Amino acid sequence: MNENPRSFAPVSTAAPGPRHLLWLVLPMIVLIAAVLWLLQVDPLRGFSNGAPPVENLAVERTVLDEGGLRLQLRAGGSEPMTIAQVQVDAAYWQFRQEPSGPISRGETAWMAIPFPWVLGEAHKVTFVTNTGATFDHEIPVAVPTPKVSGSGLVSQAILGAFVGILPVAIGLLCYPALRGAGRNTMAFLLAMTVGLLAFLLVDTIIEALDFASQSAAVFQGSVMVVLIAAVSFLALVAIGRRRGSPTGLALATYIAIGIGLHNFGEGLAIGAAFAAGAAGLGTFLVLGFTLHNITEGIGIAVPILNIRPKVVHFLGLALLAGGPAVFGIWLGSLAVAPHWTAIALAIGAGAIAQVIVEVTALVARGHEGRGDYTQILNPAAYGGIVAGLALMYATAMLVKI
Amino acid sequence: MGANMLRWAQAALSRRSLLLGGGAATIGATTICSSKTVAQEGHGNHVIAAEAQSAAAAPTHQSAHGAMITVGTVDNERNGFDPTRLLTDWHTGTLTDLPDGRKLRTFEITAEDKEIEIAPGVMFPAWTYNGRVPGPALRATEGERLRIVFRNYGSHPHSMHFHGIHSARMDGVPGAGVIAPGDEFVYEFDAKPFGCHLYHCHSLPLARHLHKGMYGLFVIDPDPERHPDHVNVAKSRLYGSPENAEWQEIAMIMNAFDTNFDGENEFYACNTIAHCYAKEPIRIEKGRPVRIYLVNVTEFDPINSFHLHGNFFDYFDQGTTLTPTLRMVDLIMQCQAQRGILEFTYRNHEAGHYMFHAHQSEFTELGWMGMFDVVETLS
Repeated sequence: MNENPRSFAPVSTAAPGPRHLLWLVLPMIVLIAAVLWLLQVDPLRGFSNGAPPVENLAVERTVLDEGGLRLQLRAGGSEPMTIAQVQVDAAYWQFRQEPSGPISRGETAWMAIPFPWVLGEAHKVTFVTNTGATFDHEIPVAVPTPKVSGSGLVSQAILGAFVGILPVAIGLLCYPALRGAGRNTMAFLLAMTVGLLAFLLVDTIIEALDFASQSAAVFQGSVMVVLIAAVSFLALVAIGRRRGSPTGLALATYIAIGIGLHNFGEGLAIGAAFAAGAAGLGTFLVLGFTLHNITEGIGIAVPILNIRPKVVHFLGLALLAGGPAVFGIWLGSLAVAPHWTAIALAIGAGAIAQVIVEVTALVARGHEGRGDYTQILNPAAYGGIVAGLALMYATAMLVKI
Repeated sequence: MGANMLRWAQAALSRRSLLLGGGAATIGATTICSSKTVAQEGHGNHVIAAEAQSAAAAPTHQSAHGAMITVGTVDNERNGFDPTRLLTDWHTGTLTDLPDGRKLRTFEITAEDKEIEIAPGVMFPAWTYNGRVPGPALRATEGERLRIVFRNYGSHPHSMHFHGIHSARMDGVPGAGVIAPGDEFVYEFDAKPFGCHLYHCHSLPLARHLHKGMYGLFVIDPDPERHPDHVNVAKSRLYGSPENAEWQEIAMIMNAFDTNFDGENEFYACNTIAHCYAKEPIRIEKGRPVRIYLVNVTEFDPINSFHLHGNFFDYFDQGTTLTPTLRMVDLIMQCQAQRGILEFTYRNHEAGHYMFHAHQSEFTELGWMGMFDVVETLS
């Protein structure tokens, strides 16, 4: 009995040649014939019951400046959509559409409305299509969209440094104190890194899905997030394991990359929130974030406790993990479309998953020098994971509004 | 950094108090907005509005509402009715003599489904009388016998329910004149009382049949012989008399459309087309008095109103009196199906554009505003 699939005879013993590819013409012909028949004969007209076409509209970017409002729309209707009129706060306003005319499925257009918006107040934009359907877009707090300017970039960079680079650097400064760690302490610290990374993974995935839900329907946001996270995870695992499982400085670098990618997505999100009107970030809150993120630095330091890295390595790791926050805030404040933020966060989630796997592998190897995953949850390791999760959760409370 | 920072930032979006705490994002905002405040003080002189208008070289009357207006024009030809023509388009039917010496006035009305453009580019699946919204403005004289031949060419049961004095059989409610598609019904009653009335479909559900466009003016002019104390006033109200010809009479129906069927109106108007009289002002000769027959059929909002700029008017609630029920007002309210007659003159005014609109700002800004273009009377 040929139950083992490996013993099945191969489909063909002939070497595949270019002539085989000619057979692709056949399915192509069938597909083209089917499309032509559908268009010519219209056999589905029985389904047209007089109902108006399905219409869907997503506002991807909102820019407020001295010229009024500018919004970028993405259409997602079953047919090209026509924006007939635009209301702001239940009043019809003149508008200019660029490019003009119906917006095809998946296409975008900019709407410029010369509306005298009021600083610090809420506005609601309503798009009325030619069928009379309406699509609302809320501007919760009207503030001018940040423009690229020297002083703006500097203040955003300072914010990014305080919430991204500084805490990682402070965490890394714990390195000398942790150096003398014994075997159990080491296991605890590695497990704690896994715990804090697990916190970040959950946090990032939820946030990515949140942004995905704001993006246009054509992107299928939640599917996109899961697929991108998976691809990013697999790619980083494949790269990281070219020469065996990463350890030491290599593993620290991967952790820094994972946290850095996560911080980039976070930066985008925070920048977008500022562009959309959040402001007045108190000193206390910024310090809270700094405290919350110190744990990330400790996590990066743990894999290199047994080697002797140079100072430049510490600098590099801190910039790798924290620097992307600055770039994220810069980009995000220019009001990027939500699907880009979701993509960045999903890549970050994949990267975090990768380092979770690698650090876990390191913890497991710590026992009898081989990957015995059954032994991984000894008291020290379990305590470490819980400590990592608890530390992140508790410091998150400092900044929870 | 955690997502908490983001959540904090998002929470702050709805909290103005936090915003006022200042911060990086407010940099530069003050200058922008202070200049806007200045611009807002002179109504119609928004800096940005002026920019938007200069390119299009908009007519002067449009500068009064700046950039706050619907964009484009409605294809009146496709609709089959022109809002400016609706103002003076009275339907008097056909007049014949009855054996007893009275007059019989006959109207023919059909119900039709019709897609109409209620604002530039916005189509609405309307139910109409004679293919127009509002339906024909019927006009008769007190004491006549009226016969209305109603045919339903629509897809739903419809009726004509007249506000007037008539028998229960002629009321146009279910069981008494609501007819199925393809059927015909003849409403017959005497024209009384004189006044400014309306008719509308009384099929169920009522709100849907009304707001889809089934309504119209129904004016009964007073018979001067029956009002010896106010002969001249009655004569001036009697359509076709020399005294009446002196007046500039206007038919206006305040209506609105819920284009997404969520129970709230997206467009408000006077005579259906949002902003129609803002874009094409109503020409008024300043030497001749103005009389408006005004009806409110706005669905979903309990009241509507009419406010006249730079002038005051006398008001005859429901038009059933020959002396004003309100004197010297510049604003009246009407609940659903309320109506009345407004009389005023621009005789002693400068020529120019005089605005009128609902004084619910929301209605105004969603389309219910217009202009009188008051011009010197040509002799």
